[in-house]
Order: sequence, then structure tokens, then C-alpha cells
Amino acid sequence: MERIPILRMGEYLLVTIQVDMHDQLAVQLQDDLTQAIARSRAKGVLIDISALEVVDSFIGRMIADTAGMARILDAHAVLVGMQPAVAITLVELGLSLPGVATALNVERGMALLRASLQGDGAR
Amino acid sequence: MNATQGELPLQSQHDVVLARQAVRRMTQQLAFSLVDQTKMVTAASELARNAVIHGGGGALAWELLNNGARHGLRLTFLDHGPGIANLDLALTDGWSSGTGLGMGLTGARRLVNEFDIESKVGVGTRVTVTRWK
Repeated sequence: MERIPILRMGEYLLVTIQVDMHDQLAVQLQDDLTQAIARSRAKGVLIDISALEVVDSFIGRMIADTAGMARILDAHAVLVGMQPAVAITLVELGLSLPGVATALNVERGMALLRASLQGDGAR
Repeated sequence: MNATQGELPLQSQHDVVLARQAVRRMTQQLAFSLVDQTKMVTAASELARNAVIHGGGGALAWELLNNGARHGLRLTFLDHGPGIANLDLALTDGWSSGTGLGMGLTGARRLVNEFDIESKVGVGTRVTVTRWK
């Protein structure tokens, strides 16, 4: 069965979505990712969508829900690499992804994850 | 010479992906800006999904338009599903038949220049959208 790969890097998970996902594939990713967080006890998840040329309401909701689920599983999720045309379209569509941490690219996303983990440790 | 109209099936979620890719090629052929391409493809994705999920499948008819002054793309999504009893309600942000977010129809309307919907309970739904370059 077709799947989006989830890579583990230390205490982080990295997901790079490089295909135009059909809905079932997006649901499968949500399932796989939450299980991977629980199994690996990852503290952070980077979801790289720089290759996605379209994010519609279904995919957008899937991403927002996944970030919320990660949080409940004690991991921070950061969405990185959204193309400007996708951002413009998503907001016009009515989806501004409130509550989803975002960064311009993987490098900045990683910095954001590290910073939020330090914040957790300080509490 | 490229075709100026055609039809695509909308029976499965894979057809939704194929419809998105076909609409992307059409908007590129019409030299839409990247943002306009993305808006039209996203609107098509919402409406194609509606036809598959809520309409039980249907078809997408497409037409490249040229009225002399400008070029555009018109997409008609037709299904033979249960239809929508209350169109005004269905066109309200956040209204949902229960399985979605309630953003598809209203969101798609905001992403195009012209939007028309006809629906008859027990017969089906036809949504026509146009975006001009």
C-alpha cells in the first residue's frame, strides 16, 4: 500500500510530503504519524509541504488535526515550506490554520522545535 | 491544436487527484499566474471531492473560453446524488452535511470569478465555476 515515509532524526520525526495526496493517503499519514510519535516518543515533528502545489480544505484540516494530535501526544509539530500561492489560496478558502506552528523552511522549523522544547524543559 | 473542451470522470478519490492535475495543466495552458492557477485547482479539488463524496460520483466538464478580449476556464461539476435541500444554508460558511469542514462549497466560491449552483433533491447537483485570466 502507498504510504508517505516518516523519518526519525534523534528525538524528531520528519515527514516530507512529495506527492499529490488523495484523501485516503492523507488519513493514512495521520494514522501513521500519531503511531510513530507514540512509539518513538518523539518530542517534535516537522511536516514539510514545500513540494505541495495544492492544499485544499481536506488536506488543510488533516494537517491542522495532526498538529493538534501531536500536541496531545506531548510532541510539538511545525509545518514548514508552504508555497506562497498555497498560503494565499488557503486563507482565501477560509483556512488560516490557527494553532499550527509554521516556519519558512526545514532549518527554521528545526530551530523553532528546539526552542519550544527548551521552553518545555524550563517549566 | 489543443482541445477546448472535454469531460473527466469523478468516481473515486483518485479521480479527484487526476482532476486537480488536469485543471492545473489547463490553467498553465491559459498562462494563468501561479496564484490564479492554485486558486482554480483548489476550487476544482473541493468541488470534485463534493461530487465524489456527497454526490456519489459524477463528471467534470471543462471548457477553455475565449471571448475575444480575455481567456478563461469554465468547469462544470455534475453529480446525480441526493441533491441539496437548502442551498442558502449550504452556501453558509461552516455549514456541513456532517462529514466535512463546511468550507468546500463556500471556499470554492471565493476562489473563482463566477459561481453558479443548481440542485434538485433526488436528482443531483450541478456547480459551474469560471475563472478569467
